[in-house]
Amino acid sequence: MPAPPSPDLPASGFAGRGVACRRGERLVFAGLSFLVPPGGALVLTGLNGSGKSSLLRLMAGLTPPETGMLAWDGMPVRDDPAAHRARLHFIGHHDAVKPVLTVAETLAFWAGMRGGAAVSPALERFGLAALAAWPCRLLSAGQRRRLALARLAASPAALWLLDEPLTGLDSDAIADLAAAIAAHRAQGGLVVLSTHAVLPLESAETLSLTDFAVRTAA
Amino acid sequence: MTAFRRLVLRDLRLALRQGGDAAMVVAFFVLTVILFPFGVGPEAELLARIAAGILWVTALLAALLSLERLFQADWEDGSLEALALMPLPLEAQVLAKCLAHWLVAGLPLIVVAPLLALLLHLDRAGYPALLLGLLLGTPSLSLIGAVGAALSLGARRGGVLLSLLVLPLYIPVLIFGVAAVEAAIGGFGARPHLLLLGALLAGALALAPLAAAAALRQALE
Repeated sequence: MPAPPSPDLPASGFAGRGVACRRGERLVFAGLSFLVPPGGALVLTGLNGSGKSSLLRLMAGLTPPETGMLAWDGMPVRDDPAAHRARLHFIGHHDAVKPVLTVAETLAFWAGMRGGAAVSPALERFGLAALAAWPCRLLSAGQRRRLALARLAASPAALWLLDEPLTGLDSDAIADLAAAIAAHRAQGGLVVLSTHAVLPLESAETLSLTDFAVRTAA
Repeated sequence: MTAFRRLVLRDLRLALRQGGDAAMVVAFFVLTVILFPFGVGPEAELLARIAAGILWVTALLAALLSLERLFQADWEDGSLEALALMPLPLEAQVLAKCLAHWLVAGLPLIVVAPLLALLLHLDRAGYPALLLGLLLGTPSLSLIGAVGAALSLGARRGGVLLSLLVLPLYIPVLIFGVAAVEAAIGGFGARPHLLLLGALLAGALALAPLAAAAALRQALE
């Protein structure tokens, strides 16, 4: 029986309440709350090791929060992890690119696993159309990153979680990504990303993880 | 195309493009079996008596050889993380990867096994039991091995750890696989042993994906 939406959770969007994250023996951050409304963007900032990646992995459901909860449209995410997986794109540090597959094969695989099929438009969008038949071992680091990001455009998902998406990207690719994010948000999509560089995003909220760091008595 | 089929095809394509793996497993199987006549001498009677045991033990080791890479490459390049977040449940993905592994590393062993059996002077009555046994047993090897491969992800010297984890679990498959051949040669009928191999496979099909998926999630945390 599905529980009724909790009254203290917002009825729409992606929210976290009192989230804490533990890595090994260390509490990385605690008491963290956030809300990303439909069409919203949240930029995670903070020093190295402040837990940006940990928070993104936690939002994706790869790690469970130590305390607190995540909610989508007022419903706790942990009640239905499969539905949460189906609605999100997570692009982590690694590009998930196989050297022996071609660019088009790689994207077709990842899009196909999610039931998407918009491979050519996605390659076009991230400036990879001319490289479609190349084996991925010939790609530069920036091109591999573009290919990873092209997964965003190749199959639809409401929530984009991007861990340092700008690493290795040139200014053209950054503009492509910004345009893709803007189009995604215009359709009511949500974006959470971590970055040290500046990505031009309209009306994005910023969350500094350094504010939630747990000071250990050393 | 379903996501399950897509994953199987991707793994097959990776295995074929990278070449090496499948060919190496078969080459290892053949070479190791060929070592035995050199080691114990070319006496046909002796070889015939131990042929089933040699073939099964060597098949176990050959399967083990390729298992280390089952999840390792996907884990290193971030594919596993992305796969874990796909709508297809991780348990089903483990099953898909095991199927691909068996097609690449299990099936070729069954194809060359009769030739090697000939080399070892295996009694003619033992062939059907050997092949049926391998057909039922090698998928179990892939499935049980997947649990070990998932558990040893990220460990230093994962390959050694994998052998230590998995080889003891292979013992039942080995026992019934060899017993089926011996029974057939002895005129007792291999059916009970083959049924037990089938039971092991049914159990592994049900349990191994659950265990391997749990271990993979642990590795990803």
